[in-house]
Amino acid sequence: MVRSLIAALCLFCLPAVAAEEQVVLGLSQDRVAITATFDGSEILIFGAIKREAPIPEGPPLEVIVTVAGPSEPLTVRRKERKLGIWVNTDSVEVDLAPSFYAVATSGPFKDILTNTEDLRYRVSIERAIRSVGAAMHIEAAQDFADAVIRIRESESLYSIRENTVAVDEQTLFRTSIDMPADLTEGDYAARIFLTRGGNVVSQYETTIDVRKVGLERFLYNMSREQPVWYGLMSLVIAIAAGWGASTAFRLLREK
Amino acid sequence: MQIYLPIAEVSVNAFLLLGLGGMVGILSGMFGVGGGFLMTPLLFFIGIPPAVAVATEANQIVASSFSGVLAHFRRRTVDFRMGTVLLIGGLIGAGLGVVVFNYLKSLGQVDLLVTLCYVVFLGVIGSLMFIESLRALRKAKKGGAAPAKRRQRGWVHAMPFKMRFRTSGLYISVIPPVLVGLCVGVLSAIMGVGGGFIMVPAMIYLLGMPTKVVVGTSLFQIIFVTAFTTMLHATTNYTVDVVLAVLLLVGGVIGAQIGTVIGARMPAEQLRVLLAALVLVVCGKLALDLLLEPSELYSLGASGGH
Repeated sequence: MVRSLIAALCLFCLPAVAAEEQVVLGLSQDRVAITATFDGSEILIFGAIKREAPIPEGPPLEVIVTVAGPSEPLTVRRKERKLGIWVNTDSVEVDLAPSFYAVATSGPFKDILTNTEDLRYRVSIERAIRSVGAAMHIEAAQDFADAVIRIRESESLYSIRENTVAVDEQTLFRTSIDMPADLTEGDYAARIFLTRGGNVVSQYETTIDVRKVGLERFLYNMSREQPVWYGLMSLVIAIAAGWGASTAFRLLREK
Repeated sequence: MQIYLPIAEVSVNAFLLLGLGGMVGILSGMFGVGGGFLMTPLLFFIGIPPAVAVATEANQIVASSFSGVLAHFRRRTVDFRMGTVLLIGGLIGAGLGVVVFNYLKSLGQVDLLVTLCYVVFLGVIGSLMFIESLRALRKAKKGGAAPAKRRQRGWVHAMPFKMRFRTSGLYISVIPPVLVGLCVGVLSAIMGVGGGFIMVPAMIYLLGMPTKVVVGTSLFQIIFVTAFTTMLHATTNYTVDVVLAVLLLVGGVIGAQIGTVIGARMPAEQLRVLLAALVLVVCGKLALDLLLEPSELYSLGASGGH
């Protein structure tokens, strides 16, 4: 009786013990400043796994790190030949697609995360794009979602890099995420998943603040808040430069 | 040196932009065209979002045209009266053009129609100019100075509201120049260009203005129409990138000065053959893009425009 109670207690406790593996995270920087000469950034993501109990038996711990830029709706258009020229015909609205998405894993993606878990946490690039409301009348709406991934991968905005998270002693992990120069502003969500045997045992989330600073910030704000003055300023700068160069050139020739 | 553009939100090489500005500036000074019809597609090509490219290009044309017109003003080759008449039409046209542009945008076919506009207009004007100026060149070679043709007294002269344009040596109705300005205004707003490449031939062949005055006068009109377009874009779409504009115009104003000198030294007929050839090359490139199967059939756009 007592023995069975203990067994039941143990069974009850097991998942709780598993969740006891928690992420303690460090970032090389939690904000990215876009300055005039910004040409991309590399963020080091490192951390440790905190446990109350010894390392559990069974499949080894694996780590998946994702960084996602702000999501926005997209229109994907497909060209077709009509009357000899290539024109946009079909279009599909993608409800939400992150402007940037990078996945780094400690092993082959398919081996360390099951399909079900991927579906639940939206980890892979395919799952990160939400196109539930895609027009049903267009066959192969999947082609459009694939096109989003293909185009953004070619611009290195989307990437999946397997085996790039180093895990030591199932306790320490580190990786680096490359962010390209063509970043948009916003809160970038960094997520860390710990998996065992394909199942997520722990999850941690933090944000990386990507902001324009200095002159970039000033010009951007001005163009949005005082568009008339911004427009006039642009014209004055343009005309001054035009007149200045013209005068300089003339003086140069008269000498 | 990479530089991040605050409005376009892309990072590009600063020297590439300076070089592009300079190259297009030389052409602008030589031919009196704003160069927008070359620069706008080039900006698309290096990855600037089209909306930003079109709006910023308008701003840059103001600068390159301003330095160009100063040089022409000094040589007294600007017909201010004709320029003002053209400008009145141009401003009305630009306003109409923005309305048309937004309507096409709501249909989701704006890219296609812009490209088609380019191909049709560049094709027709380029071929006409090319044939005409080749003929003129051949004539000049054969019989020395061809006798100055009397200007035709056609429909242009039969209209009311006549006005004397002394610098151009014309006494014609104001209706044709206003209409020319209006058409150019509409097209410049749709195509994101100054419109010089359409206005210059229209002034020569339709209004019968002397070639020497045409370049300066069209630059004069372009400054105001593009300034108006810049303000429209800055206040409605927030797509004028001043950093991009400054980089392009630093190259552009220097190029325009060099171009004006080259243009003044070259015979007008040869200048026209060159401009025609250039227009045809750009037209051919755009037509090929429409006719050949693109390597990527899909394209991404911000949602909302449908």
